[in-house]
Amino acid sequence: MTGYIIYQIILVVAIFTVSLVVALYATYGERKIAAILQDRVGPNRAGPFGILQPFADGIKMFTKEEIIPETANGWLFIIGPCIAMLTACMTGVIIPWGGTFELGGTVYSLQVTDINIGILYLFAVVSFGVYGIMIGGWASNNKFSLLGALRASSQMISYEIAMGMSIIALVMMTGTLSLGEIVKQQDDGYCNFVYQPLGFLIFLICAFAETNRAPFDMAECETELVGGYHTEYSSMKLGFYLFAEYINMFISSAVIVSFYFGGYNFPFQHELGLSGNLLTVIQTIVFFGKIFFFIFFFMWIRWTIPRFRYDQLMKLGWKVLLPLSMANIVITGLVMWLTGKIN
Amino acid sequence: MLTNRSKVVSKKEMSLSERLYLPAIASGLSITFKHIFKKVPTIRYPEQKREIASVYRGQHVLKRDENGAERCTACGLCAVACPAEAITMDAAERKKGEEGLYREEKYASVYEINMLRCIFCGLCEEACPKEAIFLTNRIVDTEYGRNSFIYGKDKLVEKIDARIDVSERQTEKTIEFKKISLAIIICLLLKLRI
Ligand code: SF4
Ligand code: SF4
Repeated sequence: MTGYIIYQIILVVAIFTVSLVVALYATYGERKIAAILQDRVGPNRAGPFGILQPFADGIKMFTKEEIIPETANGWLFIIGPCIAMLTACMTGVIIPWGGTFELGGTVYSLQVTDINIGILYLFAVVSFGVYGIMIGGWASNNKFSLLGALRASSQMISYEIAMGMSIIALVMMTGTLSLGEIVKQQDDGYCNFVYQPLGFLIFLICAFAETNRAPFDMAECETELVGGYHTEYSSMKLGFYLFAEYINMFISSAVIVSFYFGGYNFPFQHELGLSGNLLTVIQTIVFFGKIFFFIFFFMWIRWTIPRFRYDQLMKLGWKVLLPLSMANIVITGLVMWLTGKIN
Repeated sequence: MLTNRSKVVSKKEMSLSERLYLPAIASGLSITFKHIFKKVPTIRYPEQKREIASVYRGQHVLKRDENGAERCTACGLCAVACPAEAITMDAAERKKGEEGLYREEKYASVYEINMLRCIFCGLCEEACPKEAIFLTNRIVDTEYGRNSFIYGKDKLVEKIDARIDVSERQTEKTIEFKKISLAIIICLLLKLRI
């Protein structure tokens, strides 16, 4: 039992560190990819190829002057970024980072906890994340911040519905709410994307909206709202908000991959005849490869598509994605009924 | 209409594929993706330098004559000509025994150009009657403080053992032109007086 607990703690710390490092380098990647897509060079001064740039940015963030506006609500102002960061880090525990491996006769799983309501947990935590933005925007006592927070919360609520609906079709198909189980069902090489292309598309679009990334970065929206909900923030509090966005991006890429692209599975994995532990290592690498592709995709989209107008955003959420996701449920049900999966 | 590039705005209904929006996104993504393979036109400055013309107007030099004596006589014409008021100087009288150092009897004991004010127009060079100041194709280095941009004689006067070639700027033609324009100006001034 103690061994188990120690292992769990190690795993949690490891996942936490990995999320932080990936998010750290996602900031670097974002700048590099933006530069490459725009025929520029990007950061290249700190270390070879600018590889130390994230650390330089971190030091800069920490050493900047910390300003709390006089009219701000002190406690809430501090709690805002904390919640944003906390919720961003919390979802990592239910994601299956790889298969199982055997060490000294005990089988360990690379998923911290495979709770049977994994998807619900995910949604609960993600929707909690909007409080970070809302509280931050409210506590700043600034009109721009408030408008940013307002937009963020209404956007999140609108898109969460479509997102949940698109997942229902997936849950109908797999018959489970646990992420570990969903990934395991895809180990025959057919990932859920093949059965749920529309669901995937809706989920992807909603994921962009949920992480507040372009083209749905209404909450920040520099051209209209200065900095949106974090206009008044400075120093590491601002750093937390920005950083939480990158962690969210990492986690949502991981979730997309687990839901629709087979998680850590890859085609023909069982024909290779590899031993359990080696297979697990390769699976984890493959999983991260897929995640990095989606992180790249997030950035690629950001530097391609301009921001939506707010009314377009709402129209898309309520009038397009929601009906589509409902239709997706109906179609999934029909197909399942016709193929005799349900009667 | 002149360029034949004007486009008529059409208000026709969008087709289904246009309203779907996804094909447009896909084509946009493919455009940005192509840029990954494009050559980056950036010149990484301190390591790589852009080719600049030999008559580029960069950092100034105060010339010495063939014997190594400073040509500047602190007449102040360059400072008067300077539209950015970047030049200041103090004049001093040449002592006995300093003939090898200064060509004229009067010389500039202090000569400063503020490189932050300077707009590199080259008017100082044009104004100088003694062919003492020239702009060169060297680029002014970056500094951390404002004060270090005020270049004194230590930086401006060329070193005796490292002469700076300005023959490209000081061609026969320019010297000729300068002489003529000086003559015209003097005539004009005389005429105004009379
Ligand atoms: S180049 Fe122009 S601005 Fe610069 S010192 Fe000479 S006259 Fe002044
Ligand atoms: S540089 Fe030329 S114009 Fe300027 S003070 Fe010296 S001699 Fe006169």
